[in-house]
Amino acid sequence: MDTGMLIEKFILVVIIFLISLGIAAYSTYFERKLAAWIQDRVGPDRAGKFGLLQPIADGVKMFFKEDFIPKNSDRWLFIMGPGISMFTALITSAIIPWGPNIQAFGRTIELQVADFNIGILFIFGVVSLGVYGIMIGGWASNNKYSLFGAIRASSQMISYELAMGITLITIILMSGSLSLSEIVDKQHGMNWNIFYQPIAFIIFFVCSLAETNRAPFDLPECESELIGGYHTEYSSMKLGLFLFSEYVSMFISAAVISILFFGGYNFPGMDNFSGNTLALLCVLAFFAKIFMFIFIFMWIRWTIPRFRFDQLMHLGWKTLIPLSIINMLVTGIVIAFYQGWF
Amino acid sequence: MESLTNRKIVVSDKPMTFIEKLYIPAILSGMWITLKHMFSKRKTIKYPEEQRVFAPVYRGMHVLKRDEQGRENCTACGLCAVACPAEAITMIAAEREKGEEHLFREEKYAETYEINMLRCIFCGLCEEACPKEAIFLTDRIVPTEYERADFIYGKDVLVEALENRIDITKRQATGKRGSI
Ligand code: SF4
Ligand code: SF4
Repeated sequence: MDTGMLIEKFILVVIIFLISLGIAAYSTYFERKLAAWIQDRVGPDRAGKFGLLQPIADGVKMFFKEDFIPKNSDRWLFIMGPGISMFTALITSAIIPWGPNIQAFGRTIELQVADFNIGILFIFGVVSLGVYGIMIGGWASNNKYSLFGAIRASSQMISYELAMGITLITIILMSGSLSLSEIVDKQHGMNWNIFYQPIAFIIFFVCSLAETNRAPFDLPECESELIGGYHTEYSSMKLGLFLFSEYVSMFISAAVISILFFGGYNFPGMDNFSGNTLALLCVLAFFAKIFMFIFIFMWIRWTIPRFRFDQLMHLGWKTLIPLSIINMLVTGIVIAFYQGWF
Repeated sequence: MESLTNRKIVVSDKPMTFIEKLYIPAILSGMWITLKHMFSKRKTIKYPEEQRVFAPVYRGMHVLKRDEQGRENCTACGLCAVACPAEAITMIAAEREKGEEHLFREEKYAETYEINMLRCIFCGLCEEACPKEAIFLTDRIVPTEYERADFIYGKDVLVEALENRIDITKRQATGKRGSI
């Protein structure tokens, strides 16, 4: 590994970090705007033009709040909780292929921090680590509502991860690789997985909603039953980190969904371009897809009421898992049939 | 039973059909509804710049009236305080001295008169109770403050200024209290 590569990876990491945080910050703004529009309101419009400075105002507010640690809490775990949440939310962005290689300064630069050959397993592993932040935070608060929220989060995560993992297998079967960049390359142009695997897409999408704890699966924080769920006892920037990590992981899940089912950075008619123009257009296409999914995530949140917990378990275990197993079997049989393994 | 109105809705708990169990059509139709709302007309009134037109009967901040010669009407009888369901009014009475006839209409007057705007529920019963036509509710809004103490309004705020009389005819002309 030479120095040039180190520098370029470092720059890429910083850029991705800033972009993730920026998008997460403006997601909070957009979420509030969208909620307002759906409810026939105007939304934040006082801080700056169209309220565009609202995320900054929110951040400043969070920083100036009293940072309170309850007396009976487990101090270190209490501090670690939001940190783990944020860390796991951010680290997945490392292996997302943002676009094809670009040529600059006489080098070929990959727009991907790390091209693991087991990329998908890495994402899957890190995402399931994410629940530890919630679990530890909820446990360390020493508050029954927080504990309830933490328990709900973990049981929800376990139930939905199964269905998610099984649908992932269908995608891996389709592309024959665990590496995200290869999965993207297989969907060149308009050859997107969604056209072959609509059911897998629906299952994966529902599971992503559940994994990111967004409505209608926001039971871990469900205000009307558990006050704030796992973050009941949190205040100031620790609460900010929890809330923020939700938006970061929403951004990442949107990216993962677009990679797995909507061709990542591929777009129809991409063969007419080449070189850096292509790379730029690809990145734009990828971000357009991500924004579309973030929009859909929010749109769903402000449309559908929250599930009851037994309904959630029912949906996860009795509907999504059997459905995904059947889908996987059918995919396997069809692939085996066409490739002549019978 | 035969329903008298046509608004009766018969509740049914028949089992869901397969399509309904899929939920997806229902979710999509719900999303269509919210999508339409995204582009509908905003109902927001941007308050300080834009103000809602108040109904004529609106009950807002009180005023203690003066008569045509600029004398305070209130005689500190305490009827408003007794009528107040929120116990928001207190006052201390004083006797009018010689030479103060141009200030107070009656021989007894309120030396201090306080309304706690945080307690007041703007029911208007003080206005009803007053035998001297001294206290009225107006269409002014009680402004926000940072301290609780600032919400206790004394005579300096409540009594109308001589040169700046408060118009109360809009609410009074609704016929709620006869004519004035
Ligand atoms: S409006 Fe009602 S609550 Fe307010 S001071 Fe008058 S009587 Fe009391
Ligand atoms: S405002 Fe009217 S009711 Fe109240 S003390 Fe004065 S005169 Fe009496």
